[in-house]
Amino acid sequence: MATLTLRDVKKSFGATPVLHGVDLDVKDGEMIVIVGASGCGKSTLLRIVAGLETETSGEVLIAGQSMKGLEPADRDVAMVFQNYALYPHMSVFQNMAYGLKIRGLPKDQIQRRVDEAAGLLGIGHLLHRKPRELSGGQRQRVAMGRAIVREPKLFLFDEPLSNLDAKLRVELRAEIRRLQRRLGITSLFVTHDQVEAMTLGDRLVVMNAGRAAQIATPMEIWERPADTYVAGFIGSPSMNLLSARLEAGGAAAILDAGGLRLPFVDGPRAGAAGRKLTLGIRPEHLRLGEGGLDVMVELVEPLGGESVLHGKLADGTPLTARLPGARYADGAMTLALPPESLHVFDGETGKRIEAGD
Amino acid sequence: MKKVIFKGTLLPYLLLLPQLAITAIFFFWPAGQAVYQSFLREDAFGLSTEFVGFENFLDVLHDQTWLDAAGRTLLFSGSVATLALGSALFLAVQADKHIRGANAYKTLLIWPYAVAPAIAAVLWLFMFHPNIGLFGRMLNGLGVPWDYRLNGNQAMLMVIMASAWKQVSYNFIFFLAGLQSIPKAVLEAAAIDGARPTRRFWTIIFPLLSPTAFFLLVVNLVYAFFDTFGVIHSLTQGGPGKATETLIYRVYTDGVINLNLGSSSAQSVILMLLVVVLTVIQFRYIERKVHY
Repeated sequence: MATLTLRDVKKSFGATPVLHGVDLDVKDGEMIVIVGASGCGKSTLLRIVAGLETETSGEVLIAGQSMKGLEPADRDVAMVFQNYALYPHMSVFQNMAYGLKIRGLPKDQIQRRVDEAAGLLGIGHLLHRKPRELSGGQRQRVAMGRAIVREPKLFLFDEPLSNLDAKLRVELRAEIRRLQRRLGITSLFVTHDQVEAMTLGDRLVVMNAGRAAQIATPMEIWERPADTYVAGFIGSPSMNLLSARLEAGGAAAILDAGGLRLPFVDGPRAGAAGRKLTLGIRPEHLRLGEGGLDVMVELVEPLGGESVLHGKLADGTPLTARLPGARYADGAMTLALPPESLHVFDGETGKRIEAGD
Repeated sequence: MKKVIFKGTLLPYLLLLPQLAITAIFFFWPAGQAVYQSFLREDAFGLSTEFVGFENFLDVLHDQTWLDAAGRTLLFSGSVATLALGSALFLAVQADKHIRGANAYKTLLIWPYAVAPAIAAVLWLFMFHPNIGLFGRMLNGLGVPWDYRLNGNQAMLMVIMASAWKQVSYNFIFFLAGLQSIPKAVLEAAAIDGARPTRRFWTIIFPLLSPTAFFLLVVNLVYAFFDTFGVIHSLTQGGPGKATETLIYRVYTDGVINLNLGSSSAQSVILMLLVVVLTVIQFRYIERKVHY
């Protein structure tokens, strides 16, 4: 158990910068999920913490100790890989015991620890099998077992669920969360799946193009996304982003499409009249109602209790709405935007603008 | 694999014909001749022929000089295989690292395989000839009495090195391919588990390479048994004395020089059986023992 601190970690591969300086403080026992689209640098960040890549500049501290120049072997971390990375020529038991044997633990202790971890994961009956005789889910459990027996300072998960089918993924996701809580080991979990991120993390790091766009709890991120990237990335279906301009006085925005006036209920925003804005509204916050947006619905996806409607505004801007019930048809429709659910972002930088800013 | 389905049987047989013809003319026919000859005793001029059954085989197996040659062949083959496999593995591990000029290095390592045995022998001769060879003269200059034409052990060392050198390239290619097929994540997992490079090599890389290594061991033994005639012939002609006379070289001496066709045929039939056994072991082992 330990804390993890990243200080302005930067990484370039040759002339290509991948990480532009990431700062992060992870508390003891906390589960941090790093989420982002592929190529955003999230795996690189994890590999830097593991010592598999060397940071170009900045510093990684585990339990307050600088990891500068330390090999992966000396960092006392355990990692679970996407493709499991089990040792193919060893049995499940040998796979799990490998790290302990290297540390020179006595045989009976190794046996006890492996049995314990195997029991925890429900793989006790597989200990004598070879990895090739296991299913994907079993392999990933073994990989987790190999990490657990080590009792490391830090768990690192590199998209461990993405090779599994949907049902197993949900099952193992819950299992990982339970285990992590129970063992209380500080963890970093990398994923591109926002549902995994929301459900697993105490806090999330949303990465975008080598930067941490936002670091906060899942609910904070959902309620107050720091920029349009985070707003669009977290939440399903994605938040609608509409361009608008600030009204003189800053108390409302005028939508570019259709000129609808949307007052800010939490207070005026700073800036000159005509300042470019991007307004965000989640599909589930749109309501059927008068005096709203005129939408041409092109596709209705019934989900049983609710439906997702895909449509376009008069100027062609796409709009998605999630409405209760299943009885909708294509065609013209008017949707109301409740002003209390509006997110206001700068039209140029994409950054969130709070009331009074 | 993409499967091509032919209509009828004529075209497939026609396409196989060249390969079958080559095998028949250059293997089955001479092999059949050897088996046939091995049961006969013939005088040197081929004027009288007598069927003698297994007598040629019994004579060979009771001949102390043949048994000596067999022992020498084991030593020679074992050394060639060990040396060729060991150096190839070392070089492949080096080439698998991220080094500058890796491609040039790999290409250079593959070249010796393209060198004909006789040329390879001449190359080594130019290096180690006691009078004209660079290293041969150097050794003598340093007071080491080096002359492989007189010293049997030195002669053996020469043919072993020259033969092994030629086989390193082949082994290198296979080892390198084997190394590259080991998933990187497995090695990273071992590194995180606390294994340092040497330990990683012996506990992860080497066991995962062992099917490749076993396959190569058999190929190298077969090579050393049967394909080293050219090197030995050009370097030492089996000498000095009989110091570098291996079984395959003896087949040549007895048959072509001494014109004892019956004995020579019996010897080559024995060697043929040996290669059959090696091949069977190899297929059996590879089917069963590939453990991942």
